[in-house]
Amino acid sequence: MDVLKLTPRPSPARTGVWLGIAAIAMSFAAYTSALVVRQGSAPDWRHFSLPPVLYLNTLLLLVSSGTLELGRRRIVGRAPQMAFMASGVRWLSLTLALGLLFVGGQALAWRNLAAQGLFLATNPSSAFFYVLTALHALHLLGGIAALGYVLGRVRVATPRPPAAALDAAALYWHFMGVLWLYLLMVLVVRL
Amino acid sequence: MHDASARSAPYVRETSDTVAVLKHAPPETFLRKYVFSLDHKVIGKQYLDLALAAVLTGMVLSWLMRFHLAYPTTPIPGLARLAPNAAAGGVMTPELYLSLMTMHGTIMIFFVLTTAPFAGFGNFVLPIQVGAEDMAFPRFNMMSFWVTCVAFLVLIAAFFVPEGPPLSGWTAYAPLSALGKDAGPGQGTGQTLWAVSIALFCVGQLLGAFNFIATTLDLRTRGMTLSRLPFSTWAWFITSVIGLIAFSVLLPACILLILDRVAGTSFFIPGGLVVSDRLQPHAGGSPLLWQHLFWFFGHPEVYIAILPGFGIVSHILPVFARKPLLGPRVLIACLISIAFLSYTVWGHHMFLSGMNPLSATLFSVPTLIITIPATIVTLLWIGTLYGARLRFTTAALFCLGFISVFVSGGISGFFLAQPSIDTYLHGTYFVVGHFHFVMGVAAMFGIFAGTYFWFPKMYGRMMNETLGKIHFTLTFVGVYCIFMPMHYLGLAGNVRRYAAFTDDYMKGSLPLHRFITAAALFTGAVQLIFLYNLIWSRLRGAKAPDNPWEATSLEWSTASPPPFDNFGGRHPVVSHGPNEYGVTGPAGDYVMQASPARPSGS
Repeated sequence: MDVLKLTPRPSPARTGVWLGIAAIAMSFAAYTSALVVRQGSAPDWRHFSLPPVLYLNTLLLLVSSGTLELGRRRIVGRAPQMAFMASGVRWLSLTLALGLLFVGGQALAWRNLAAQGLFLATNPSSAFFYVLTALHALHLLGGIAALGYVLGRVRVATPRPPAAALDAAALYWHFMGVLWLYLLMVLVVRL
Repeated sequence: MHDASARSAPYVRETSDTVAVLKHAPPETFLRKYVFSLDHKVIGKQYLDLALAAVLTGMVLSWLMRFHLAYPTTPIPGLARLAPNAAAGGVMTPELYLSLMTMHGTIMIFFVLTTAPFAGFGNFVLPIQVGAEDMAFPRFNMMSFWVTCVAFLVLIAAFFVPEGPPLSGWTAYAPLSALGKDAGPGQGTGQTLWAVSIALFCVGQLLGAFNFIATTLDLRTRGMTLSRLPFSTWAWFITSVIGLIAFSVLLPACILLILDRVAGTSFFIPGGLVVSDRLQPHAGGSPLLWQHLFWFFGHPEVYIAILPGFGIVSHILPVFARKPLLGPRVLIACLISIAFLSYTVWGHHMFLSGMNPLSATLFSVPTLIITIPATIVTLLWIGTLYGARLRFTTAALFCLGFISVFVSGGISGFFLAQPSIDTYLHGTYFVVGHFHFVMGVAAMFGIFAGTYFWFPKMYGRMMNETLGKIHFTLTFVGVYCIFMPMHYLGLAGNVRRYAAFTDDYMKGSLPLHRFITAAALFTGAVQLIFLYNLIWSRLRGAKAPDNPWEATSLEWSTASPPPFDNFGGRHPVVSHGPNEYGVTGPAGDYVMQASPARPSGS
């Protein structure tokens, strides 16, 4: 019996991320239905225009998915070569920076709203704006931590990349982008 | 993918004949062995110990409530000292009664009926039954227990804040639960602690559910196909899927509730509400929204509590019937359909919320349909028993008891599923009797069956069977004496959630209430036999052989108790299903899952 035969067939990390995606999707479905019910329950819903910085943030997050994919393919896509690994690490670092910029951009959006006098408890519409964006940012920070961890291991473990962990972190990151697009749609339509 | 997994494996153990890739190194320090253990077996035991502490707390609370219901004016010795404001002179106020009821329900449903049969036994047994050396994510598993433990402590802390624990029931209906201390004693800090505790609990159970599902899907040993999974593992797996969805909805609900309480938002609090002569500074919220979010979790939670019991009974019955379980595939299909249907019935808790009668009918129909798979499962158990020469061990007796109380409680569910009948019965003791039988006692009997059955594997010692049988007999009679009369009280119009029945029209129910209280105190005292057996057997019980019950599943192929990596560096190879009883095998009338495959043609 050798080691390979004893290792699990599919990657538990990947399964774990899919389960996390299911749970997160379910929880945001709950928030969305709460939003719809709350909007319909009383005539006190105040519409406001979204801070324009959100669209720039959206762009940053979408680009970060692209840079992550470029980095991931360089690291796990073919027989590992040092040159490829190094440029992969650069793409991953760029992804991390874009993720942090996104969170910073969201903070700008919150300040923009606060400057208009819209706080968490001002109106149900602003309450849902803060809740949805803050929870998404919190989940994205989880993704940044995961990607940072993988990046650390890529440097240590070269030339044997932590492929399963990187794949799992990338899957989660892309989901964060999809989730943001969904939330942006909800915010545009409802707020 | 193989390469990556092998490379990321942190620990490799080599023995004389095999090489095993392990999830983590053997524990060496005291902290790693007993406190922050990564070992699923230790975590399972920790969950069971937590559940034991919780169930004892919850039981004492129920005794206090029952005593007050039977003797509403008699002081309870010592109570005045524990709660000087809420029980001056030793007689509890109605508000304290409601607080005890809230804490009893919350502790029992979350920290006993979810932790013991699902997180406790599931953690200990599931990885061994699939042939894995640990859960897929041991660190998440450890976090799952400790987050749950902190959640329990946060809940218990509500006893020690000045105004005491919350009084809004385990369902925490808004706006009562969303308002501050204007709404009553305990609705200040106590209710906030409740909401934080339940939010933490959701996180803990989600981490557990990830592990259960990933372990079942990805870490099965060679030959362990889905059709060869033991029924208990199937049940834990399906329960985790239910939990994954249910807790993902309760968590947002709790977060919104906390925001209403501490940040001044109005998700659940309507406008114009005057409470304690004060206009509440909230507007436009929807109390019904809380009910929908809560019961979307709450009804599946009932199945989170009971499905592991289904699995445990289905796993244990064939062992002692010495017959294969009737219709194993039908059983799995029924469990899966129950899981699906459990998400379509939540509105039946809300028939009295003023919902459209058409909606009530829409929720009533799936509620009646879900009884069909549950009935089929029960018939499969009875069919398995038919013609069997049952070995009357304590574990087998508790399985029979499970079937009995589940049927008794299930039948009263038929009545409650009709909106028109529920309108009358919903606020009465009929419902209290119903859910205590079908979910509370049935799940408890599943826990007892699991304890008597797996104890030898967990601690390497046998439990005392004589004490076990006395425990079963007295408990079985006791629970019927407690909960059966509640159905009659309910039919007679005895309202629930009332602290005392001193009004003229309710006085007639007092003798029956006194009988129930006597039965509850007696049945509670009987549990001391169990407690004694548990502690004595852990220390002094007879040494357990590896397979004392002559069972087939993988946990009985390894030592009692199993080594830290479950199979001592080996990975078992599975060639048989879990249901091979009543056949001719090498060791008797059964074939173990890890026995070598039969030569073809035999």
